[in-house]
Amino acid sequence: MPADQPPGATAASGLSKAPAATTASAPPARLAQAALRDVPWEIGVAKPDPAIVVDGVTRTFGGLTAVSVDHLEVQRGGITGLIGPNGAGKTTLFNLLTGFDQPNSGTWSFDGRSLGRLSPHQVARLGVVRTFQLTKALSRLTVLQNMLLGAKDQRGEGFFRSLVPGVWRKQEAANTEKALDLLARFKLDAKKDDFAGTLSGGQRKLLEMARALMSDPKVVMLDEPMAGVNPALTQSLLGHVKDLREQGMTVIFVEHDMDVVRDISDWVVVMAAGRVIAEGPPESISQNQAVVDAYLGAHHDAPLTVEEEDRVLAEAEAAIAREHGPSGDVLDSETTRKGTQR
Amino acid sequence: MGELLDAFQLGVRAMFAYQAVFFALLAIGLNLHFGYTGLLNFGQIAFAMVGGYGIAISVAQWDLPFWVGVVVGLGAAVILALLLGLPTLRLRADYLAIVTIATAEALRLLFRSVGSTEVTGSTEGLFDFNSSFFTWCPWSVSGRFDILGTRWRGSELWVITIGWSIVLLSCLLVWALMRSPWGRVLRAVREDEDAARALGKNVYAFKMQSLVLGGIFGALGGMVYAVGTGSQNPDQYQNANTFLAYGALILGGAARVLGPVIGAMLLWFIIAFSDSALAALVSGDNSFFGLFEWGDLLSTTDIAYIRFIIIGLGLMLLMIFRPQGILGDRREVMLDAR
Repeated sequence: MPADQPPGATAASGLSKAPAATTASAPPARLAQAALRDVPWEIGVAKPDPAIVVDGVTRTFGGLTAVSVDHLEVQRGGITGLIGPNGAGKTTLFNLLTGFDQPNSGTWSFDGRSLGRLSPHQVARLGVVRTFQLTKALSRLTVLQNMLLGAKDQRGEGFFRSLVPGVWRKQEAANTEKALDLLARFKLDAKKDDFAGTLSGGQRKLLEMARALMSDPKVVMLDEPMAGVNPALTQSLLGHVKDLREQGMTVIFVEHDMDVVRDISDWVVVMAAGRVIAEGPPESISQNQAVVDAYLGAHHDAPLTVEEEDRVLAEAEAAIAREHGPSGDVLDSETTRKGTQR
Repeated sequence: MGELLDAFQLGVRAMFAYQAVFFALLAIGLNLHFGYTGLLNFGQIAFAMVGGYGIAISVAQWDLPFWVGVVVGLGAAVILALLLGLPTLRLRADYLAIVTIATAEALRLLFRSVGSTEVTGSTEGLFDFNSSFFTWCPWSVSGRFDILGTRWRGSELWVITIGWSIVLLSCLLVWALMRSPWGRVLRAVREDEDAARALGKNVYAFKMQSLVLGGIFGALGGMVYAVGTGSQNPDQYQNANTFLAYGALILGGAARVLGPVIGAMLLWFIIAFSDSALAALVSGDNSFFGLFEWGDLLSTTDIAYIRFIIIGLGLMLLMIFRPQGILGDRREVMLDAR
């Protein structure tokens, strides 16, 4: 593994990077945010410490270009929000990054290691885990079994070793303990012996996130973690996502709720029609003309006051007049053209 | 009433006969494929066929020792599983179903074709390959034994002793595998392949392991069947047997270690019991409350069909009132219905 930290050490190193976090009662320093402060708000800008680098990745489905990203870097240890209207290619980009889909061209790497042509399980083993837009709780397994599945490098998953319980029992006990800890954090411990299929939609989202954490990932990719979750649970999910960052993980998430995005992300990447159309800190995004246009259409900004309306009308008329010819107003140009035609 | 008791006794006997072992092993393999991994193998009988013919061809045609035949049969099953799995297991579940059902039929036709007479004996079949198996029998092969009112020949008893031992060991193996993390991954694959992939599991490898192991169980079943009948004919391996084995599996309860065994025994009890009970009903002067004679309504040849109608009805009732099978967990099945 090219990574310089073993997976177990991520949490510890995350803390050591932020010594203030343990002493002060104030929220831990948002290291990524600080690091990104001086980064210009440009598309494809280089980050100080990128975990994931995407270069020239395109994916087409027939004639449709679902994803076409020239260059994108994701800051390590930060929360990067990926937003964009429906059909912008966010989920496709997720699928490409995690090996669930292969691009037509381009390269992308994690910690300097190319992820091209790796299958999903290989990507996951490198420490990049994802959740799904439509939650994939394994219904007919219990919540605890779901959690245990997430653990990495299980000795008992080899066919022959699985027949000798002595080989894996100790690891299994350790994993169970860890799973119960995580379940307690996500307030699912009371449900540990229930089938995952009996959980509510929001609980499934929690379970899926907790299950992903079982593998001590370095990068967590959350595909619409808040979709279909009630507001109370959204707050707790948000807290969990922030926790991930505090433990030194890199989080990339797709979300539609702008309040959520503004609240937790250190950096926001906006996609539309397969391209990255803007990136920058959350506060920069709402002012970005390209983003506003992508979400609301280029002509969404209908005038709000009478004066504005008059001004816009005048501008429009002037523009039309310019198109039709240098002379006079719109009506005049109409008549003169008719005249010349006769 | 005496006839009914006789029929019951025959039914009980059939629960333990080598045919039941055959179906139990087929169903144990299917349980691993379908019940635990979610693989749709509709050609389990092909594994049984290569297993049975592995022994028959090795011993009868090539004059190899019996145990070599067993190894050949198991090896052939592994190769068959790999051949079936390599192109299909990366695809959706339906493709394995299509390929297995076609392969089962194609292999049977290949084995019975004139061109393969020199190896498989074609439709004439193969004989005399199980004599060394019976030389290991600790009791008299030709002797008669009465056990709880059922009569067994010594040779039959030897086959079913070995057969049920294999079933027992297979169940132990499945139980040991399924309580381990390996079995947990298999069930995760059944629930959602993509989720298992996202958690770093090599789904393809797990599916392949499951396919191979289940195929080996099928081959063992075919071997017991071949040794039990003492002759091999490709038409013994009609693919309908695969679906009967599925019937046994669902009857007993899928994704339960003992489900396929209980199911196979019950299936054979129903077949044998209804067979002899109906035969007794038709042959005697039995009337339906004096309205009509059963003998006028049914002939002895109808019985063979009627017993399968009874099995079908039984399965339908089971699906309606107990969809999880005899041993299954209702909560688990109900989750699926949503």
